[in-house]
Amino acid sequence: MVVQRSDELPLHSDEDVVRARQAVRQRAIEQGFSLVDQTKIVTAASELARNTVVHGAGGSMRLEALNDGPRRGLRLVFQDRGPGIDDIARALKDGYSTGSGLGLGLGGARRLMSEFAISSSPGQGTTVTAVRWR
Amino acid sequence: MAEPARSRLSDFVSRHERGILGDWMKHQSEALGRRRDLISDQELERQSATFLAGVQRALSSGGPDTSGDAWRDVKQYLAELSVARGRQGFTPAETATFVFSLKRPLFTRLRDELSGDGQALADELWRATTLLDGLGLHTVEVYQKGREEMISRQQEELLELSTPVVRLWENVLALPLIGTLDSARTQVVMESLLQQIVDTGAAVAIIDITGVPTVDTLVAQHLLKTVAAARLMGADCIISGIRPQIAQTIVHLGVDLGDVVTKSSLADALKIALARTGYAVTRLTAPEAEG
Amino acid sequence: MDRIPILRMGPFLLVSIQVDMHDRLALALQDDLMNKIRATSARGVLIDISALDLVDSFIGRMIGNIAAMAHILDAETVVTGMRPAVAITLVELGLSLKGVRTALDVERGMALLRGSPAGREDGSGRPEK
Repeated sequence: MVVQRSDELPLHSDEDVVRARQAVRQRAIEQGFSLVDQTKIVTAASELARNTVVHGAGGSMRLEALNDGPRRGLRLVFQDRGPGIDDIARALKDGYSTGSGLGLGLGGARRLMSEFAISSSPGQGTTVTAVRWR
Repeated sequence: MAEPARSRLSDFVSRHERGILGDWMKHQSEALGRRRDLISDQELERQSATFLAGVQRALSSGGPDTSGDAWRDVKQYLAELSVARGRQGFTPAETATFVFSLKRPLFTRLRDELSGDGQALADELWRATTLLDGLGLHTVEVYQKGREEMISRQQEELLELSTPVVRLWENVLALPLIGTLDSARTQVVMESLLQQIVDTGAAVAIIDITGVPTVDTLVAQHLLKTVAAARLMGADCIISGIRPQIAQTIVHLGVDLGDVVTKSSLADALKIALARTGYAVTRLTAPEAEG
Repeated sequence: MDRIPILRMGPFLLVSIQVDMHDRLALALQDDLMNKIRATSARGVLIDISALDLVDSFIGRMIGNIAAMAHILDAETVVTGMRPAVAITLVELGLSLKGVRTALDVERGMALLRGSPAGREDGSGRPEK
């Protein structure tokens, strides 16, 4: 499998979230995803980018175009050095909210992608990796 | 023992790269299978040179084991080559043969270089042949995957064509589904229906499954998701043509239809659709009486 | 910061979201709408999202909040023009937009607000004949 292209975007503000969405949309179009799949990927990216800014005290998103022979995919890696998530299983459940709400973010994003992995611990920050294959 | 062996083959190819390429081009152009109708001499030379250069680079940085990282670029190049050649009309065997044909010039020179050392010659020949076999097979695998992708794409397109959405009345669409539904097909069809709703401005869509023999959980879920999506868009869906067996299956599977309206016949569904969109059907003349 | 313009059509307010909204802009829209509903005693709000190629949980919640708060102020909310790809994604996300009525386009949305049978409810009840 080859990483065709890798971009790293900062995530510290609202505007960064919008820029991240646009970058993901562009890459998804280049990888040949259908409109519905593009929408799913960009929506997942929006959720995860927002989490990074709001709950992770800022971080970054790495956006990678993947080529596995004729199979194409898009990988998103969100990293922050924020307070970390205490109870990952609970955070993935829909409706979970700390008040300003992780809400449907994590669980929803997972449902929209083909592969999803999250590692986090209190005080150590959070890393979320999500991949969507065509 | 691995170290000297690795640098031997890679060193050998580095030193003889030009000569090997020259011999290789000569053999290829004399070969019976030379498809001049599909590829020009210049293009063939370009591909051969690029491939050989890639092999030399990979050998010198990673040795003859093609599963290593050093061989990624060569494999990527071969994958692209395989796809491109497939499109041009080459058979996968022809593309693999291109890779295998590098053996002859390589072996000939190895034999000349190591003629005094039978053991070393045998070792290098083995390494070289395993290496090129692996790369040749890789092109076949890529070709296979490419064909499978193309077939599934064509299937999708066939699907779209074979399930036309019908405009039954002003603002009423009907989607008569026929045949066994699988998950992929249902998804394609449903997305097409939603797009048609937007394109025609239909407030009601009737999904008729009279022609569908069985429905499984996945398909039922897709249907429900489509109804939910249509609702969010501002349109209504009615599912009609549910035969008793399917009704039974749905109950057995524990699928919750919620408040989705279902009718057993398309005619009944149409009646509701018309009412919803503000139409009433009236008979103009009384039926002829007897006598 | 640019704010999303709110148009007035008689007793109704009309918003057409044309930009890729960032969160602050969405919150500002929420505030502006609430103030304007009160100021104009509006009976209904129509939010047209036909230009949006994305609705995530934040925007979904914003719409839900607007509907809930408008309801308290005795105004109805209708969302129009949702694109198929967005609708499919929302269903997959699990967002239900309860309490929000939807219509295919602005024309039908206005008809809903005015109370005629063209247009539909979100599932909490069928429109009566």
